[in-house]
Formats: sequence, structure tokens, C-alpha cells
Amino acid sequence: MKDTHLIRVRVNGREHELAVESRRTLADMLRHDLGYTGTHLGCEHGICGACTVLVNGEPARACLMFGVQADGQDVATVEGLADGEDLSDLQQAFSDRHGLQCGFCTPGFLMLAEGYLAERQARDGAADAEPSEQEIREVVAANLCRCTGYQGIVEAVLDTARQRLAREAR
Amino acid sequence: MTWVGAPVPRTQDRRMLLGRGKFTGDLDRTGALHAAFVRSPFAAAAVRSIDTSPALAVPGVAAAFTAADLGDPALLAVLERPEFVPTPLPLLAIGQVRHVGEPVAVVLAEDPYTAEDAIELVDVDWSPQPVVASLDAATAADAAQVQEQAPGNCLVDLTMFDDERLDGIFATAPAVITATVRSGRLAALPMEGRAALAEWDERDQQVVMHVSTQVPHQVRSAVAQAFGVAEHRIRVIAPDVGGGFGLKCVAGREEVTLAGIAMRLRRPVRWVEDRQENLTASFHGHEQRYQVRAAFAGDGRILGLSAEIDCDVGAYSAFPFTCAVEPLMAATELPGIYKVPAYRARGRAIATHKAPTAPYRGVSRPQLVLVMERVMEKAARELGLDPLAVRRRNMIGPGEFPYTGCNGITYDEGSYAESLDLAEKRVTEAGWPGERDRLRAAGLLAGIGYSCFSERTAYGTPTMSQRRMRMTPGYDTATVRMDPSGEVIVTTGTCGHGQGHETTFAQIVADRLGVHPRQVRLRQGDTDLASYGWGTWGSRSIVIGGGAARRAADGVAAQLRQVAAHLLEASPADIELNGGMAGVRGDQSAAVPLSELARIVYFQAHQLPEGLRYGLEARESFDPPGTFSNACHAVLVAIDAGTGEIRVRRYLVVEDCGVVINPVIVDGQVRGGVTQGVAAALLEQVRYDPDGQPGSATLMDYLAPTAAEICPIEIVHLETPSAFSETGAKGMGEGGTIGAPAAVLNAVNDAMESSGISLDHIPVRPWDIHAALSGGNPG
Repeated sequence: MKDTHLIRVRVNGREHELAVESRRTLADMLRHDLGYTGTHLGCEHGICGACTVLVNGEPARACLMFGVQADGQDVATVEGLADGEDLSDLQQAFSDRHGLQCGFCTPGFLMLAEGYLAERQARDGAADAEPSEQEIREVVAANLCRCTGYQGIVEAVLDTARQRLAREAR
Repeated sequence: MTWVGAPVPRTQDRRMLLGRGKFTGDLDRTGALHAAFVRSPFAAAAVRSIDTSPALAVPGVAAAFTAADLGDPALLAVLERPEFVPTPLPLLAIGQVRHVGEPVAVVLAEDPYTAEDAIELVDVDWSPQPVVASLDAATAADAAQVQEQAPGNCLVDLTMFDDERLDGIFATAPAVITATVRSGRLAALPMEGRAALAEWDERDQQVVMHVSTQVPHQVRSAVAQAFGVAEHRIRVIAPDVGGGFGLKCVAGREEVTLAGIAMRLRRPVRWVEDRQENLTASFHGHEQRYQVRAAFAGDGRILGLSAEIDCDVGAYSAFPFTCAVEPLMAATELPGIYKVPAYRARGRAIATHKAPTAPYRGVSRPQLVLVMERVMEKAARELGLDPLAVRRRNMIGPGEFPYTGCNGITYDEGSYAESLDLAEKRVTEAGWPGERDRLRAAGLLAGIGYSCFSERTAYGTPTMSQRRMRMTPGYDTATVRMDPSGEVIVTTGTCGHGQGHETTFAQIVADRLGVHPRQVRLRQGDTDLASYGWGTWGSRSIVIGGGAARRAADGVAAQLRQVAAHLLEASPADIELNGGMAGVRGDQSAAVPLSELARIVYFQAHQLPEGLRYGLEARESFDPPGTFSNACHAVLVAIDAGTGEIRVRRYLVVEDCGVVINPVIVDGQVRGGVTQGVAAALLEQVRYDPDGQPGSATLMDYLAPTAAEICPIEIVHLETPSAFSETGAKGMGEGGTIGAPAAVLNAVNDAMESSGISLDHIPVRPWDIHAALSGGNPG
């Protein structure tokens, strides 16, 4: 007997209503019930971070949450980052800095970085100094990438942080 | 200008960044069944019976199969040598399991959760048997036998070279260095594990498979051989592949099984490996032991080298490479960049009750470089010489290329001495020695290490045939076709999985045809589209696949010149292709757009003479002997004597891969490779206990490096074009991984010099540092 619940969840600004089994992970729900396959699963035990999404603006491992826990919540996935067909500043920085190779872990890093940049902006305010390479490196260390050696990812997040600070200052 | 050499942005970035990549697990099919495999909890056991009926009773379960249900399918990888013992790799266990995680049955259900529930209910009657889970255990007298065909658990035992002068050389040499060097078992750990979707196409009477693989054609051959069907009845497509690093250059039991099931059930079936399966039940690599002796003259010249090489290859031979790939490469290539006058090497593949091995990035080269670079350091210490001077005295020098070594290998032109000179200069100028002193003054142990090496790449059949594989890889084939709109489609049998081949192949072809890389589209990873090819591994794709594409592009360019010459009433030799136009050399006024030529060829064929009609298309192959990239790595490490923590503080790579097709992509390959190599030196190890139970089944236990464990990596390029490749490029996908362990271990030893202990194994962990500092026994 399946234990199924009717939930409502907002994904990238769009409302979804669906029946989901209680044990189904948020990642599987996003990928296979709602079609947001940009969120990937790399370990399913919360270490690699490939499945990182934003839940109410904060990075979360979608493999460690049940879909039902997203009832009434606001979820952001990689599919929501771009403005139509235009890459966001962060996405563009990843390409410019060669922050991806196979691309499998990339959505998780993008969402991790979005969450971090937003949190930093809210915490420090626009007047504050730009983050150090070391600070970014520690944030990026939350997730695993097997291709790049991380340097391009660190540089892309640093570039984006600088650009956003400069924009705020104007 | 040329596109080759330009930092052209990668075309695949956009879809990945938008979350629109299509990996195998992203593909949905209506009515698909999800497979879950029943796996052995024992390292060795007889399987007396399997009862799947309790699983079949679960609502939502559609089918279950054992080996017997599928006709006992198996793969057989063969080396046609008397010293090799062929052993089949059953897709599902046939009465016997030989490692924890071995698949014994498969359950198919309407959703993956139900399938995983149901495998718990499959009733297997196991009869556990004695286990050998290490080289020492497997080679002990009266050791349990992993394979009945292999007494003493030796699957291959090859003495590749045996110079009879060696005994005399060792007896009289001023210095003889002996060392035992060990490397730990590793997991390739692509972020996307293995995955497959197999479905029956009734119209084409064909099983269509989407597989996360580096080798679509070899997966097809595996399915054909395992189930006795013609190859054209199988189509293998590699969609976006989330890394491979060698793990996916062999055929997986699970994906081949899925093909057999799809042919039977006529329903789509899918499987996505989880990380526990990936770490315990896929393929490992790099667990090796070298017992070496090296004789040196008083001036640091190496006089002779002898090595006993043992590789713990696990329970089975992977298809199609066989378990001999590590010992053969090690024994053949050990001398590396050094001029060794007399050489003996014996390589053995030892079977153990552990997961089988595949050619993980670098294969045996990280180890053989580790061995030679430790030997050079030890010889220098023994003789009171500068370690870099000892290397310089022995390495193949400028003016000595092409050089044929005692191992029969011919090394094409490289920059071995120049890269070391440049690395040493940069290290000095950047103040590393001073930084080491400051770290030491601050109470840390600190050291600088180097490694010098070459990276044999693009092994074609002239080289591969020496291994005597029943399926001998090496060549590849490309087609280049200009379509009626004047744009270009390239097919290749290579299969990029993150390297950016869509971009680099387009750069190569664009230059030959005088078009923009945007107008060149690469089709790869599809056995129905591409001619039989050998996929992407062994740093082969840009040299072999790119070389074939360049040749085929030249074929189309020749056709375009003939058509243009006919229309412009000029000689084909005077036609230049540039900027999307065909023009007459020296005559600015006479030029035709390539798209106009294509339009005429396809839509106005009657305007052209017989030989120029009906298409712009060429098919070419390339099969080189191979080419050697080279590099020098330097690293500065700091060690906390209290915690034993080793931190990499600075890293420099001076590398030479010949003509660089795309510098951004080359740098990315180097940095990713170095990170894996540093992790192999300091962090990663697949562990088993003496009963063959895995001790590293999660990413909590298998320590993949994060951004916090690696530092920025500086890269300096030298460019010595290869005469053995079409483009002048050399392969370079593995060099980072190959050079890093030796450089890191040398740096650790430099830091530990005061302890008087020589650490000769990887990974070096904090407890090894503790043991060494307290006078204990490291390793």
C-alpha cells in the first residue's frame, strides 16, 4: 500500500500540484514527476552536492529531502537561472572560466553559488569588500567535481561576486 | 588566422549551464521498467540456488532474471598469449560469486523504489568460501583460488624484457638502489555513475541502447558476443556522459544484461547505478606493487633496471581490454623518459576476491613514473648528487629524438630537458625555496618535489597489436560531409564525455575547409551513425579521431576545389578555401561561396561533369603508432607534524602536448588530472578487509578531493609538434594524473628528510606521517 500525499510546490515560480509517495526524494520528484532533469544525482547520500537546489532561497541537497517536505515551499532549480535564452551572469562566468567539463555536477555548483551569493549580499550589504579566493574555495568545497580541479569554478564564482558588488555600488 | 590554437568557447557549455544536458538517467520512456540488481554480500561463495518468486509477488514487479533465465551469458576478453589465462566474466553469477557486489539476479519493476524493495526478497542460498583479498593473500602457498583455471591466482605472468647482462651490472655497479613501491586501489569516480536504457525497436528489429559509456562500439560488440546476435541488431548511443576516466571504457555487466532483457521483454528497461554500486561493484584500478633494483654509476648514470610488477586486478578480466592492461603497460613503459641501457621486467596480474579492474586514467603510468622518480631521488641521495642533475644525466635529451629505448619503444620529439629547466627556473623565480624555509621556521615540515615524465598517447594498432588482444583497438574513422546548405557534419568513432570534442574537432575541420567552427557539427557516440571506432580513452581522440577528421576534411576540400575550379575555369591547385568562400589565388574578383558550390553539387548536379556530382563527402581513417606528450610537475607541500595533515600549497605544470588545439580545454584537462593525481597521492583509497568486505562504500569513506584540498595550478606550455600525428597534436588527457603522485610523494619525502624515513607508497595518509615521525613502520 503506497502512502501518497497531495502537495503543492512552487518550482522556478511555477505552481505544481501533485500526488507524491511519502518516501520519494525531492530529487526524484523534481526529475521524474515534474521533468526538471537539470538537477542531477551523484551520490544520493548528501556528499557530492550535484542535486543542490534552493529551497526558499537556501541551498539544499535534494537527495536528502523528501518531496512531501517541499509542500508549500519555493524551490529553485538550474532551469530557472537563465533569463529566457540568455545565460545569467553566473552561468556566463562558468563558461568564460572553463568551470565545467562533463557538466554533470554543474547545476549543483550553480545553485550552491547562487545561494551563497544571495546570502552574502543579504548579510554584508553592497558596501562590503569582495570575497577572498579562500572564502570562495571553502564554499565550493561543499560539492564535488571530478573533471575541473575546481579552479575554473572558484574563478567563476569570484568573478560573479565582484561583478555583482560593482553593480550594487553603481 | 587558424581556428586550431584559438580558445574557442565550448559549444556544449550552454546546454549544460541551462540544465538541458541529456544524460542517460534523464531520459524517460513511457512504460519503462527499472532494474535493480541482487548482489553478492560475500567475497567468495557458491550460489546453490536463487528463488526470485517472492520478489515477483510484489505489486509493481514485472520480471526477474537469473543467469540461467538468460542462457548464462558471459563476456570473454582474451589476450592471445600462452602466459595469459582467459576467464569469462558472467553477466550474472553462474553458480559462483567472486567479489562483494557481483550481480547474481536482476528484478524489474515499474519504479525504482519497488525494484529495490523487491531485490531484498530474492532468496539466494549462499555457501561462503575462503577469501583472498590482497596480493599477499592471493600469492601465499595454499591460497584459495579465485578462478579455477588460474592456479596461484596468476592470470598473466609475462617477462617482457630480460637483459642477460643485468646480473653482472648489479654485481659491479657503484650503487644499487632497491625499493618497493606500492599504490592503493582507486575508483575512477565519475560524477555520473554508470547508466543504461535499453529498448526494442520493432520497426528496425533492433535493440536501441542509451549507455553512459566511453566506447559505444565495444558495448555493441559485447552485447553481440554475449547474446549471439549480429552487431547491426544493436544500436548503442552515448548521450551526454558525466565523466568516465576509464571506468566506462569497458563494457559493464549491467548494461549488457539490460540489452538481453529488452530483447526478451520488448519493453524499455533502465538502470542507473547508485554510488554504493559504483564504489563496490563497478571497476577499480591502480593497485600495484613494484619491487625494483636499479644500478647507477658514480656520476649518476643509470646502468640497469630490474622490476617485479604485481597488479591486484580483482576477480575478472574486463572486456575488451583484459586484466593484463596494467601489468603489460607497466612492464613495457617503466623506463619512461630515462635512457636505461639494460632492462628486465616481469609483470603479473594477480586475481583477488575484489571488484574487477578497468584502465583508470593513467593506467600504470602514475605508478611507473612514481617508481622512476623515487629511484632517481634515492640514487641522488646515495651518491651525494643533486636529484635534478641525476634526472638530467639520464633523460632523453635534445638532439636524441626520435629515440628508441631498450623496451623497443620509439619516442617522438619531446622537451624533457627543457620542461625541467623551465620548471626549476619558475620555482626559483617564484620564491618556493624561500617559502619552504619560512614554513619550516614556522614549525611545519615543508618540501618541494618534482616529477619528470612522458605520457604515451594515441596508441594505434601498430602499438596495440603488440599486446595481442583478440579485439585489438587503435584506429578510428571519420566521415566529413558538407550538406546542401554548405554546413558540415563530421562523424567519429571516438566518444567525448566532457572533453569538448564538439568544439576541438570543429576547429580542426573548420581550418581545412575554410569555414567557421560554428558551421561544423560533430556527431559522435552513435553506432548507427559512425563507422566502427574505439571510443575515447588513452588520450587518443584528438590525435586519432581528430587526425581522421582532418584527413576526411581534406578529402572534401579537394572536392570543393575541383567543383570551384570547374565553375571558375581555374586549376584546382589555384583554389583557396577561406572565410566560407572558394577563390582563385591572386584573383580577388573570382570567388564563390561554399554554400553556392554545395547547392550546385546537390541540386544542379547536371551542371557538373560526372566525377564531381552527387555529394561532398569523404571517409578516412587514421592509425598512428602513438606519440608522447611530456611534462615536468613541481609541488610545494606543508605538513603539520602534530596532525600529520599534508597540504599542497603550490603546484606548477610545465607541459608539452605538441600543437595545442584549444588552450582552454588543454588547461582544464591538466588541472582536472592533477587534482585526481594529488588525491591518489594523499586521499583516495578503495579499501577491503581480509574477508573481502569493502571499507569504502560511500563518499564518507572514499575521500574524493574538494576545492579545499587543492590549490591553484599554474600551467606553462611548451610546444613540440609531433611528426607522428596529422595535426601535430599529442594526446594529453592523462598527464596530470600521471605526474602528480610522484611529484607529491617526492615533496613529502623532502619535507620528511629529517626523519630519515623514505615513504614509497601512495596514498600517504596522516597516520603514515605519524608513524614515520615516531620511528615506526609506515604503510
